[in-house]
Amino acid sequence: MFSYEFMRNAFAAGTIIAIICGIMGVFVIARNMSFLTHTLSEIGFSGAAFGVFAGWAPLNGMLLFTVVSSVIVGQLSARSERREAATSAISALFIGLGILFLSLANKNASYATSILFGSVIGISAGDVQQMLWLSLLVLLVIFVIYRFLKFDSFDHTGARVKGLWTNALSITFLVLLALSVSVAAQIVGSLLIFILLTLPAATAKYFAHTVGGMMVLAIALALVGVWAGLTLSYVTNYPVSFFIAAIEAIFYFIALGWQKLQTAE
Amino acid sequence: MTETPILKLEHLGVTFPNHPVFTDLNLTINQGEFWSIVGKNGVGKTTLMRTILHQLRPTHGRVSYWPNAGNVRIGYVPQFRNIDADYPLTIRDFVGLNLTGWKWPWLSRKEKSAVQQILGETGLEKIANRPIGQASGGERQKAYLAQALVEAPNLLILDESTASLDPVTKTELLDLVQELNTKLQLTVLFVTHDIPMARKYSSQYLMLTPEGTEQGQIAGLTQQKVWEGENV
Repeated sequence: MFSYEFMRNAFAAGTIIAIICGIMGVFVIARNMSFLTHTLSEIGFSGAAFGVFAGWAPLNGMLLFTVVSSVIVGQLSARSERREAATSAISALFIGLGILFLSLANKNASYATSILFGSVIGISAGDVQQMLWLSLLVLLVIFVIYRFLKFDSFDHTGARVKGLWTNALSITFLVLLALSVSVAAQIVGSLLIFILLTLPAATAKYFAHTVGGMMVLAIALALVGVWAGLTLSYVTNYPVSFFIAAIEAIFYFIALGWQKLQTAE
Repeated sequence: MTETPILKLEHLGVTFPNHPVFTDLNLTINQGEFWSIVGKNGVGKTTLMRTILHQLRPTHGRVSYWPNAGNVRIGYVPQFRNIDADYPLTIRDFVGLNLTGWKWPWLSRKEKSAVQQILGETGLEKIANRPIGQASGGERQKAYLAQALVEAPNLLILDESTASLDPVTKTELLDLVQELNTKLQLTVLFVTHDIPMARKYSSQYLMLTPEGTEQGQIAGLTQQKVWEGENV
């Protein structure tokens, strides 16, 4: 399997994605942003389609659309009561735009499928390098703002009282999330990106009770899912995103069952 | 003992569109005092606290800390927090969230010992590794208090923090606050509807009514007075 360069690239990319999603996922779950993450992935689809239409690499189109829209979403949904409605409206608009751009670019359905559901064979060494740099940037920013982000994510009331710049933190986090979505979409596709950004962290929350512990476990769960998914996809020739989705969902249901047993005791 | 002012409200007023919440409020709070802030729902107690915390800009007048804002560290304990049964962090981790001095992502040895000390003082040591989502209402309130205290504040605001607690837990919590008030000269603002508790623990009161404000030594505060205020 590793004799093929595309598989080596896919494993390298998958490892980067699992690490970034494990770390970002813990904050996504703490900030109740699963739905927003789903929307960003749809915006990512639209951006990738725009990239194809404009003759750019899909990743660059994705980066442009997700970063710009994350700032807009952050401003629009500062008040939580309108967050869901605003997010739904933006999501609908961007899926529509994505379909329009693909149609304008005269690309066939298989191209759309690969953007939406990801692809293993399309990842070059150059892509891996670009993903690595973007991920390092995300990790560096997280490292610098870690304590503030942790406080704001796990105790928004306390952080506001302390006078932390919660609005700026929120927008910074959305931009980091946009970068992570664009990076992770390369393998699992834009439609299923929220699997890796939400499920491993949501599962980890039931087993680990410190922020660091949740991150380590979420990274481990994401790594198992991505590596096993890639291997199974190679062996069976079925889509990698199916395997990753199934593995992560199984982990999550096991965690829910375990939690139920714990509370029943 | 010389009185050192820690917080001054001068001609303070907050007006929401077409609705003055309070006007021309003057108050000086000295270091080590224990004030109760009383008044019926809707008279502006929370608005006043938010103004003191600089979350709300006053329409007129000003809030100033003495000797300067840098020397006043505020701890705030609200009545409710967004914590459900699934909330994952342990009590220890929750308390440590308030330590945001920019250093490494992990806590230093000194910070860990500050957390440990406050857990001991608030009686949470034995359950420190329990997820806070699984703690009782009283334990949670103690954890909120511990979090507010971990950075050694000199002004503590209890914003109806004891309202939902049973009498025993309420007394336990306020005994602890009183001990810190005496031992460390911690200044306390206790927002409450519970007049007997206010009389038991505080030294001064500020009563807000739709008519205006009244302040004085706690002996002058009676339930009757608050009811009269409520009937205005």
